[in-house]
Amino acid sequence: MSENLRVVENATCTFCGCVCDDMILTVDDTQKRIVKAKNACVLGRAWFAEHTIEEAPAALMEGKPATIDAAVAEAARILVEARFPIAYGLSDTTCEAQRQAVAIMDMVRGNIDTTTSVCHGPSGIAFQGVGESTMTLGEVKNRADLVIYWGGNPAESHPRHFGRYAVTAKGMFTPNGKKDRTVVVIDVRRTPSVPAANIFVQLKPGKDFELLWALRVRVKGRPIHADIEEITGVPPATIEDLVQRMKGCRYGVLFFGMGLTMTRGRHFNSGALLALATDLNEFTHFVAKPVRGHGNVTGADNVMSWQTGYPFGVNFSRGYPRFNPGEFTTVDTLARGDADAAMIIASDPASNFPREATAHLRRIPVISLDPKATLTSGLARVAFRTATYGINTGGTVYRMDDVPITMRKAFDSPFPDDESILKAIREKVRELLLARTPHGARSAFELPLTA
Amino acid sequence: MTETMLLIAGRTSEQGTSLNKGKLKAEYQQVTSTAEMNEQDMARLGLKEGDRVRLRNDAGETTVTCTPRKAADLPSGMIFMAYGPCSSELMEADTAGSGMPLSKNLAVTVEKVPAGHRNSEGVNP
Repeated sequence: MSENLRVVENATCTFCGCVCDDMILTVDDTQKRIVKAKNACVLGRAWFAEHTIEEAPAALMEGKPATIDAAVAEAARILVEARFPIAYGLSDTTCEAQRQAVAIMDMVRGNIDTTTSVCHGPSGIAFQGVGESTMTLGEVKNRADLVIYWGGNPAESHPRHFGRYAVTAKGMFTPNGKKDRTVVVIDVRRTPSVPAANIFVQLKPGKDFELLWALRVRVKGRPIHADIEEITGVPPATIEDLVQRMKGCRYGVLFFGMGLTMTRGRHFNSGALLALATDLNEFTHFVAKPVRGHGNVTGADNVMSWQTGYPFGVNFSRGYPRFNPGEFTTVDTLARGDADAAMIIASDPASNFPREATAHLRRIPVISLDPKATLTSGLARVAFRTATYGINTGGTVYRMDDVPITMRKAFDSPFPDDESILKAIREKVRELLLARTPHGARSAFELPLTA
Repeated sequence: MTETMLLIAGRTSEQGTSLNKGKLKAEYQQVTSTAEMNEQDMARLGLKEGDRVRLRNDAGETTVTCTPRKAADLPSGMIFMAYGPCSSELMEADTAGSGMPLSKNLAVTVEKVPAGHRNSEGVNP
């Protein structure tokens, strides 16, 4: 550590969807690194400590160092010449960069999707079918006296969720923190989150929908079959106790994780939980909220929705946005072999996708933007090394409860940020499309009006 | 001996901290190639901590290191591991029209890999 230290107050951690904006960072300006992150959790401390300035070229083409201008030109050429270009990722970058990515795919009539499709995409589908009784985390902190975590393990994935918002947090109507709340964890295994709970309900794997439906039935006062314990692993007395607590609380919240969305039933599981929250509003105030993972995955949903009308899985091939999960979502466009070029922004599908999808990713030209080397950047034809959002850039991110937060950067990076690169690609794409537009036509995709 | 079990992939603290260091680093690769198993299941299969097991289903296969968890924490027949390249090998690409490949509750066969065994690529896993 040098003596050239500086403190940045009220900085934002973008590792997870909690987006804690009370970080006090000590920055070593000589070594270009954060040496202390006060208020950060174990994940946040690693996030700030490990995002240093690595010795690497700002751009690679075919694995060889290239200028940013040359890489931008090649990226634009790939996107313009492809018949089915896709863009994917976007959950670990700013809303400003996300907006540029949407614009590019709109211009090239491509396909754009975010990591939401393999995260809470099924919940997004359920929102459209069932609706969402929603809130901000500030309301939970100040009001919630019954907090239920279903299919999630925030102690490891969102360590400050308990202390900052939902379990031990002290609020206006919860002055004693955890003493004023009942906390329930529902999961198939005893996770590290269970010690924070007053009640742990262990259900059989893959039986979330059945248990949720049984709860709905009992909330409506109707009988459930005696074999419910055999099916779900949860005794009727436990179900009855939960129902009484849910109906009798002052302000209840259901936080749900990917234990619902990544298992059989997918959007039906999320939909059942959202419907249960809605049902409970006949008796008390009850809300539900997915516990989102990446730092700005909620921003990705918001930007996609305000720009295209849909939260993920959007296709522009007809010149207007269409939404269809299963058709325009990235695992599908890759595994089916539809995509013939891919721009991956702040994500690593080569590491996280099924084998058929990653195999196709190796067959097509890939453009990657990432602050770190990944399996995806390793297979990319054009790979940009980028500044880390929230550490080397300002910009806007959305917390998991759809609250936008403006970030302040800690120190400068020699690498450009995602927004700058995407703006440059967008401008180059515009030039290339203009050059390809037939005389008298309105765009590169249409015949001349006189034809 | 081979048995069929349910694999659940999820997040862990170690996975979160190690991915910040870099996904190509040894620490991340070690964290994402370690599977937690019920200690009684491990005893039944003749496995001890650090042994290698092959997990296989219709989507693919992967070889991981196993580590025991108490029966009270992880039910018999269940395996838990951090998301990563190994768990991705066992995910089906079919999303059933949802966009989401199933990543939890995957039925996999579990088989001990003898020490010194080399896989089909000639690499000692």
